[in-house]
Amino acid sequence: MNERLLRFAPGLFGLLALALWEAAVRLTGVPVYIVPGPIAIVGAFLSDPVGLLMALASTLAVTFTALIAAATLGLAMAVAMSASRLAHAAIMPWAVVLQVTPIVAIAPLIIIWVGDPFASLVVCAVIVAFFPVFANTATGLASVPPELADLFRLYGAGRWRTLTLLRLPAALPYFLSGLRISGGLALVGAVVAEFVAGSGGFASGLAYRILESGYRLQVARMFAALVLLSGAGIVINIGLGKLGDAILRRRGLSAVAGA
Amino acid sequence: MLRIEAVGRRFASGVEALRDVSLDIGAGDFIALLGPSGCGKSTLLRLIAGLDAPDAGRLVWDDGKRPAPGDIGYVFQDATLLPWATAEENVYLPLRLKGTAWSDAAAEVRAALHRVGLAGFESARPGQLSGGMRMRVSIARALVTRPRILLMDEPFAALDEFTRHRLQADLHTVWEQVGCTVVFVTHSIYEAAYLARRIVLMSPRPGRIAREIVSPLAVGPETRLDPAYAALVRTVTTALEGALEAA
Repeated sequence: MNERLLRFAPGLFGLLALALWEAAVRLTGVPVYIVPGPIAIVGAFLSDPVGLLMALASTLAVTFTALIAAATLGLAMAVAMSASRLAHAAIMPWAVVLQVTPIVAIAPLIIIWVGDPFASLVVCAVIVAFFPVFANTATGLASVPPELADLFRLYGAGRWRTLTLLRLPAALPYFLSGLRISGGLALVGAVVAEFVAGSGGFASGLAYRILESGYRLQVARMFAALVLLSGAGIVINIGLGKLGDAILRRRGLSAVAGA
Repeated sequence: MLRIEAVGRRFASGVEALRDVSLDIGAGDFIALLGPSGCGKSTLLRLIAGLDAPDAGRLVWDDGKRPAPGDIGYVFQDATLLPWATAEENVYLPLRLKGTAWSDAAAEVRAALHRVGLAGFESARPGQLSGGMRMRVSIARALVTRPRILLMDEPFAALDEFTRHRLQADLHTVWEQVGCTVVFVTHSIYEAAYLARRIVLMSPRPGRIAREIVSPLAVGPETRLDPAYAALVRTVTTALEGALEAA
C-alpha cells in the first residue's frame, strides 16, 4: 500500500464527504435553516469571524484554567492518597462520587453557589476533568516495583525522598496520559457548564453562541461554532499528546501502554 | 561478622519459609545459598538485609548493632534501575540517599562504574544498555557505598550463558579487589561451585540448611576446565539430591 496515500487518506475522505454533503444539500433543496452545506457554514464563519473566535477564546480560557486546576488538584490528592491508607480510604469513594455525578445535574447549583460566572464555569470543568488525572497519577504512584521500594528502604530513604526520587518520576507517564484525557474532558466540562449558564445570559463562550444561533435559526452559524469546538478538542488532544511524548523522550521513557 | 541463630520465618499466608536456620558469616566470606525454588533462600537474604524480620531466632552482628544504610549492598534478580536516570545517576543513588553531595560522590561513582567495566557509559540510560550491562550498573550501585556485606539474589539468572560466565568471572575479580563479604543466592549448582568459597545447601519448605561444602578451588580463568571443578559440581549435586530426598 502506498504510504503517502495512507497518510492523506483521512483528509481525502473528509473532503469527499464534504463534497457529497454539499451536493446532497443542493440537489435536495433542503433549506439552509435546517441543514446548511459546508459552503454556507464557511460563509457563516466569515460573516463574523471575530465574534466566533472571541467566543472560542473565552471557552478555551475556561478550559485551560480548569485543566491546570484539575491537574494540580489531581496530583495533590493522588500524592496524599498514596501517603496514607487512611487518606486513601477517605478520599477514593468521594472521588468516584464526583466522577459519576452528571455535571449537567449539578452545574445550576454550582453557578448559584459560586456566583462569579468565570469561576463557576471553571469549577464545573474541573469536576469533569479531575478524575482521569487523579486516578492515573494514583495508579502511577502505586506502580513502583517492590524491589525499587526495597532498595530505597535499604538505604534509609524517608517518605519525602522516596516520593520525589522514586514515586513521582515513576508516576510521570501515568500523569501525562491522564492529563491528555483530562484536556478533552475540561473542554467538554466547559461547554456543558456554558450551556447551563448560557441560559442565564452571562456567558460568552462558544456554547452560548450555539444556543443563541439555535434560537435565531442560524443553523449555519451553529455548525461553524461546532466546527471550532471540535477543532479545539482535536488540537488539545494532539497537543497534550505531543507535549507528553516530548517530556518522556527527554527522560528516556515511553508512554503508558493502553492508557 | 554475622551470626544467624535458629532463625524462623512464617508468612501471614501460613507458609513457613524458614525453620531453625543457623549460619555463621565471616568477614570476607563468599557464600552461596543453593537450593531449589521456594526453599527460603531469598527470604533469608531479606532477613539479613533487614527488609524483613524473623519470627523466631535472631541475627547477631559482630559489633552488636544493626548495619547502617550503605553497610549492606543488595543486587536483585532484575537490575532494578531507575529507567529515567543515567548509569551514573543510578550508581549515585545510594550516596544521594545518604546525603552525599554529587561533588563529593562523583569520583567514587565513576570508580564504581569503572570497576564493573562500564567506563564510558556514564550517561547511558538503562534502556540503552544490554541486560548484562544493566546488571553491571546494579552491581556498581551496590558497591558504591563500600558495603561490609554484599547480598545478591540470583542476579545472573535472567542472563544468557556467555554474559553469565563473564559476569561471574568479573564478580570474582571485584570481590578479590574490594574484599567485602558476599552472600549469593542461586539455584544453579555450576554457579555456586564456580563462585563460592562456602556452598550452603538448603532443603525446601520449610527452608533449612541441609549441608555446607567448602570449596577447594582457586578461582581463575581456567577454573571451569579444571577436573577439581567438575568433581565439586558432582559432590554438590549428590549432596543436594540427598538433601531433597531427605526433605
